[in-house]
Amino acid sequence: MAERPLTKDLRPDRVPLSLKEYEAAGGYQGLRKALKEMSPKDVQKVVTDSNLRGRGGAGFPTGQKWSFVPMGEDAPRPKYLICNADEMEPGTFKDRLLMEGNPHQLLEGMIISAYAIQADVSYIFLRWAYKLAAAILERAIAEAYENNYLGKNIIGSGYSLEMYIHTSAGRYICGEETALLNALEGKRATPRAKPPFPQVCGLWGKPTIVNNVETLSNISHIVTNGPHWFNGLSPSADTGTKIYGVSGKVKRPGLWELPMGVTIRELLEEHAGGMRDGFRFRSVIPGGASTEFLAEEHLDVKMDYGSVQKAGSRLGTGTMIVIDDKTCPIGAMHNLEVFFARESCGWCTPCREGLRWIEQILRAIENGEGEPEDIEVLEEQCRRLGPGNTFCALAPGAVEPLQSGLKIFREDLERHIREKKCPWK
Amino acid sequence: MPTDEERRQIEEELKKAAFKQGACVDALKIVQRHRGWVSDEIRGVAGMLDMTPDELDGVATFYSLIFRRPVGKHVILVCDSISCWIMGYETVREQLKRRLGIGPGETTTDGQFTVLPISCLGACDHAPAMMVDDELYLDLTGERIDEILEKYR
Ligand SMILES: Cc1cc2nc3c(=O)[nH]c(=O)nc-3n(C[C@H](O)[C@H](O)[C@H](O)COP(=O)(O)O)c2cc1C
Ligand code: SF4
Ligand code: FES
Repeated sequence: MAERPLTKDLRPDRVPLSLKEYEAAGGYQGLRKALKEMSPKDVQKVVTDSNLRGRGGAGFPTGQKWSFVPMGEDAPRPKYLICNADEMEPGTFKDRLLMEGNPHQLLEGMIISAYAIQADVSYIFLRWAYKLAAAILERAIAEAYENNYLGKNIIGSGYSLEMYIHTSAGRYICGEETALLNALEGKRATPRAKPPFPQVCGLWGKPTIVNNVETLSNISHIVTNGPHWFNGLSPSADTGTKIYGVSGKVKRPGLWELPMGVTIRELLEEHAGGMRDGFRFRSVIPGGASTEFLAEEHLDVKMDYGSVQKAGSRLGTGTMIVIDDKTCPIGAMHNLEVFFARESCGWCTPCREGLRWIEQILRAIENGEGEPEDIEVLEEQCRRLGPGNTFCALAPGAVEPLQSGLKIFREDLERHIREKKCPWK
Repeated sequence: MPTDEERRQIEEELKKAAFKQGACVDALKIVQRHRGWVSDEIRGVAGMLDMTPDELDGVATFYSLIFRRPVGKHVILVCDSISCWIMGYETVREQLKRRLGIGPGETTTDGQFTVLPISCLGACDHAPAMMVDDELYLDLTGERIDEILEKYR
């Protein structure tokens, strides 16, 4: 059986591990090793050599991101480490599991990561809706302080770190890392122009690292077992395991930790139990709402960064949404664009105006009021909202399901327009 | 103006903040917890946060879960994102409409319930999902919704 470092200690009843239980399972050994035997640069090197890539959606190499943080005596202070636990991408529910099931695994990963960049303060930026996770993390942080894994002079190492939870108040854009910084500073959470990048000039103008919950939950295991072990967990070019998820009309929707690079087919058929009786597979959005639709011919694509990209989509958050044959694909595209239009922060015009327009055109087509020219307008909008035209990746992400939908659901679009009604209704 | 109790709780939050403005979302939530929504009186809180009243209002209006207009005693947040939509969001919306007589964005005339749409609740494997106040409800069906509403009447 393949190793499952992130989830092996989760209890079947999902009651979170207390600090004592976590320690009994080997917890906080990675932190001891890092603080007692390794320099911050050593920790950075181990993470770089592990080839861990960020699990928040963009897949940026974690060690490389950390390497941009100014180190040494002259580095600006305080430095910050932030855990991005905003998880609002539709179809994504993996970070919740890690926070609710094993909060100390995340905390240990955060403390080691903070040590690696010599951060003074750390935050967990948590979405409003995760009430249970908030209570569990509060308790875990208090336990960590009581046992001197947080606070001054952590377990006698000379290193000190404070940790706080910030619970947000809605809005998907808060998960974008520079919008998140503005949110923490108490401003309207619009993204910032980059450069400067947060690693150099982030929270209150100081060096800041933002990493995803799943990314950070891997760190203690990498430090304890070494980069070679992490590389060996996966048979694919991308290393480690991944928390994959499936939702939609499958027999067993859920989450599974598997070696990076399992195929879509294996996930759907072996883990999610295949389609529910009476439903056929039509399409899949592989990694959350802002990734391209894939079709039946892509079922054997491996779920790693490179392979999904080659197939014309993105691994994203690795949590897939299945579209069945009884669900109108135009309705699905419309639903996705309603989300993006609503969550646009309004900072740049192509996104603020374009998404509203896209949403209204799709609504019209879905209701049988579309015109043949509409498809061209949608294609035009895909170009206008593409990479490089907006402050942040929300707009390019929003047109990923649109441009792929325009291709693979072309027939369906044309049929809605021609028959002046939704064939599914 | 904030009440003494609100002021005390906000000051508690300010102790944790590196800069006062950093506590403004917490301050807004404190006011909302006491009053159900954030009235124009937030202007009186701005000074505690080293912000102008308009800056604070700018933040308050940015967030979907800070209510700048009155809401019902219980707020029902119905997930309308993709997985819930596939799994039967419309059943949920219709059942709420049938039982409460209101759609998304509306409040019952007795002031008991407000229904609002919300983006993905991170419970997509148990779609459709909704929250009532701080409580999450999963795998919703028409009957489940009737049972849930009974609890809040
Ligand atoms: C609109 C938008 C929303 C985002 N939301 C999240 C989120 O909720 N959680 C997350 O980890 N990353 C989110 N990201 C990605 C972050 O900007 C950032 O890349 C990530 O937190 C970095 O962590 P990683 O390197 O560990 O993946 C979002 C990006 C965009 C453009
Ligand atoms: S692309 Fe959209 S969400 Fe991003 S900054 Fe511009 S308006 Fe805001
Ligand atoms: S789409 Fe409704 S909980 Fe995720």
